[in-house]
Amino acid sequence: MVPSRLLLLPRLLRWPSLTRAYSAAGGNPAMEKPVGAAIRAKLQEALQPVHLEVIDDSHMHAVPRGSETHFRVVVASPSFEGLSLIHRHRLVNDILQEELAGPVHALSIQAKTPQQWKKNPALGQSPPCLGGSKHDPHMASKMGTRE
Amino acid sequence: MSGSLCRLPAALRRLAASRPLLWVTRPLSQAGSAGDGAAGGSSSSGSGEVEKLVRAHPVVVFMKGTPAQPQCGFSNAVVQILRLHGVTDYRAYDVLQDHDLRQGIKNYSNWPTIPQVYLNGEFVGGCDILLQMHQSGDLVEELKKLGIRSALLDSEKDHGKK
Repeated sequence: MVPSRLLLLPRLLRWPSLTRAYSAAGGNPAMEKPVGAAIRAKLQEALQPVHLEVIDDSHMHAVPRGSETHFRVVVASPSFEGLSLIHRHRLVNDILQEELAGPVHALSIQAKTPQQWKKNPALGQSPPCLGGSKHDPHMASKMGTRE
Repeated sequence: MSGSLCRLPAALRRLAASRPLLWVTRPLSQAGSAGDGAAGGSSSSGSGEVEKLVRAHPVVVFMKGTPAQPQCGFSNAVVQILRLHGVTDYRAYDVLQDHDLRQGIKNYSNWPTIPQVYLNGEFVGGCDILLQMHQSGDLVEELKKLGIRSALLDSEKDHGKK
């Protein structure tokens, strides 16, 4: 049903493949700062994932050095079986409610079932930053640089 | 590494420049049906007001910046995906211009991040979900339900003829 070209086109939208470099960084919990570590621990506990990566993309954005604001998570968990994409994302958002209300400004989610992950263990990429958070008062308050 | 990151936006920008846009971005105070009186300010966080915006067009996007000038990579991705499908007639609201709307739409959808995409008044998801729908072909089907023929189908047909 899906035209073959449709499957090729996403190449444009598949952000440059840096999978290896990022999975190395994302796969090393010892390097993680507090927010990243909290995200990892909460997802690990709630979803019992067969695969979990928490990737801090903050350095790619217009935030002060060392900020933990932009994250990407790749989770493969049996908890996602039978759930639509939107429900999988809601589940992750709920687990990370505290972080999202607090320091985390952007969270990109790839939520797969263990079977899906086995079939295609590929990481997506976050799109490049366009600088919107630079003058965003919300960001200032999230990072405690205001008041 | 950073070199390859830079190439893509350039490609997307070229794509963006190649088509005229028909989208409309307007401040909340002008949105929804006029004459209700309570437009603007604090009312935009009310779910009734938000619902009107969500249903104002078959395809509605809440984003940072405008389709011509997205202020966030995730919002830009949504714009580019829609453009790939030839969807240029949609309603876009810039939440950076309206603090109450920014919070109001998050409350309405119970979804913590921007962008947010609505098809026929129904919340579809953010950038990640739209991208996955695009990749799986589901987006073509969803657009069809709205009576919108994805441009990807036509480009596929042309491609087949050659």
